[in-house]
Amino acid sequence: MKVDPKGVLTGSYFLDGDHACCEGALAAGCRFAAGYPITPSTEVVERFAERIPLVGGIFIQMEDELASSIAILGASWAGLKSMTVTSGPGFSLMMEHIGLGAMLETPCVFVNVQRGGPSTGLPTLPGQADMMQARWGSHGDYELISLCPNSPQECFDFMIDAFNLSERYRVPVMFMMDECVGHMTEKVVIPPADQIEVVPRRYTTLPPEEYLPFKPDPDLVPPMVKVGDGYRFHVTGLTHDERGYPVMSAECQETLVHRLIDKIRRNARDIWIYEEDQVDGAEVVVISYGITHRVALRAVQMAREKGLKVGMMRLIVVWPFPEERIRQLADKVKAFVMPEMNYGQVVLELERCVAGKAKVLLAPHGGGTVHKPEQIYERIMEAAK
Amino acid sequence: MNKERLKPEHPMEALLRMDRMPHIWCPTCGIGTAVSCFITALEKIDYPLDKVVVVSGIGCTGRVAGYVKLDSFHTTHGRPIPFATGLKLGNPELKVVVFSGDGDIVAIGGNHFIHAARRNIDITVICVNNFNYAMTGGQVAPTTPLTALATTSPYGCFETPFSIPYLADSCGAVYVARWTALHIRRLTKSMVEALNKPGFSVVEVICPCSTLYARRNKLGTGLDLMKFYHESSVIKHGADTRELDIEFQKPMVVGKFVDRERPTFLESWNAQMKKALGEKFQPYGGSNEHD
Repeated sequence: MKVDPKGVLTGSYFLDGDHACCEGALAAGCRFAAGYPITPSTEVVERFAERIPLVGGIFIQMEDELASSIAILGASWAGLKSMTVTSGPGFSLMMEHIGLGAMLETPCVFVNVQRGGPSTGLPTLPGQADMMQARWGSHGDYELISLCPNSPQECFDFMIDAFNLSERYRVPVMFMMDECVGHMTEKVVIPPADQIEVVPRRYTTLPPEEYLPFKPDPDLVPPMVKVGDGYRFHVTGLTHDERGYPVMSAECQETLVHRLIDKIRRNARDIWIYEEDQVDGAEVVVISYGITHRVALRAVQMAREKGLKVGMMRLIVVWPFPEERIRQLADKVKAFVMPEMNYGQVVLELERCVAGKAKVLLAPHGGGTVHKPEQIYERIMEAAK
Repeated sequence: MNKERLKPEHPMEALLRMDRMPHIWCPTCGIGTAVSCFITALEKIDYPLDKVVVVSGIGCTGRVAGYVKLDSFHTTHGRPIPFATGLKLGNPELKVVVFSGDGDIVAIGGNHFIHAARRNIDITVICVNNFNYAMTGGQVAPTTPLTALATTSPYGCFETPFSIPYLADSCGAVYVARWTALHIRRLTKSMVEALNKPGFSVVEVICPCSTLYARRNKLGTGLDLMKFYHESSVIKHGADTRELDIEFQKPMVVGKFVDRERPTFLESWNAQMKKALGEKFQPYGGSNEHD
């Protein structure tokens, strides 16, 4: 399905990541955003507020992040593609409705332009320490999808993937930027509308009397309906059966929660997006995501200049974690190095999948600025020993 | 309850999820009465019921969404109003009703309530006020009258309660009424008026909590309390909302207090954008435009 051309600002621009993220959302067909101001993410909604009356849609600045994060769920059930945008402290407040979005299987996108934490932390400086929060932050057990862009161009491109994945699997998608990517300005090319593929919402083809709101298709994703179309359906955050009715039993919990998890895990091969460079024959593979990848590029170059066989893998989809590929690599390489702007989050998943078959070295960084290439280079050299 | 006895056509069967009966509410709780009035009101308004949606939060009244045979959402505690805001802005054709309790609407959801009233979001809020948190066992609420007992105010409530009509009025609601659960005809009429009113309308329904509030405060059965509220209340349409405080077991003022005109959020959006952008403004048609 081709996108509604009204939202597509075809051309070449000099944009920062926040503005490019907004254009990506509009190009993907997002017509509803709710937000609350927070540095360093505010530019996304500022641009949305300016652009949306020109393309036919709504922006509302809500009273807080709790309200923003549930308003987008309401708009999604009304039939609109929707998003909210925030940074760490606001992301913490949104956890309630990331959980509700997972439980109600509501397509929507949460953008987090990560800054240093915990708490108020470093409002104007970068961090990558919300990665585990994106995965586990809301209570209860669930799976969802997280993407990490590393440039303004990718903020545009992967926002379209973020919306497509949320529609395809009926899950909230976390778009995990960081302050560097959000505020760096680079060339962004926006293609013509007819070259942008968007995934339409999967609406049921059944009449109301046959439709069960949470009866999944074989791929475990249930077709949706829109409010106002005469289905008279009920949706609840309580554990529910295929009718959408609450059922307080261990059996219903098992059926529902297991499916919510499996609909991502079993479809993970179609969700994973990663890039690799010279991993064949590599002794050491550096795995990174977001802005940290661009620093790691220099470190890898330095190590290669010393004659080391160093491969690179970049995670664009971080959750679900590409465990299958990591297991394959773990059989072939001597060591992995993972730089991240935290003291060890995604590296825990790496260690789990490597399962002792190779060394795993973390290059940690507290945030506030990016790594120095030398910090990563030193870990590569240590790994190669 | 014998399900068979319900079978011979309950008069409200068409708008209730009979496959979910029996409901969870205690005997002589007022919520059922409020729901009956709401169903009657829905039958009286000239609006396609497929376009009516009910949103509830959490609590005893939060269960209403699960029993009405309409598109309905049982959301998170305190957040039905911002969910409803998203629904209404997503598809302005919908008639969106928030049906929830006092704890949900004015405690945890208080911030959302005042801002939706300020913005004049075109939704109707039906707030069942039973003066305590009933679902969790009878804790003190921001509506509990002074000196009343609750599990978390075992020596008597000493915090000044909110007056819901005063709060709604002062934040800009265009329609505000209060009735007790036994004012069947008047409550239904207010619900009809609220549903027909463009903008943020609020109907407070004073309900007995038979199992917790009534029992702990030794006020007899739920029915005794329902009768007391009804019989002791004083109808005063257009009363100054500053004078609507509820004192423990004293006569309370009921009636329609506010009925005024203000542009809704979407009317204001359209007017301002037209003024600022002229021809370039793409009027917003709602989700159906994007099918």
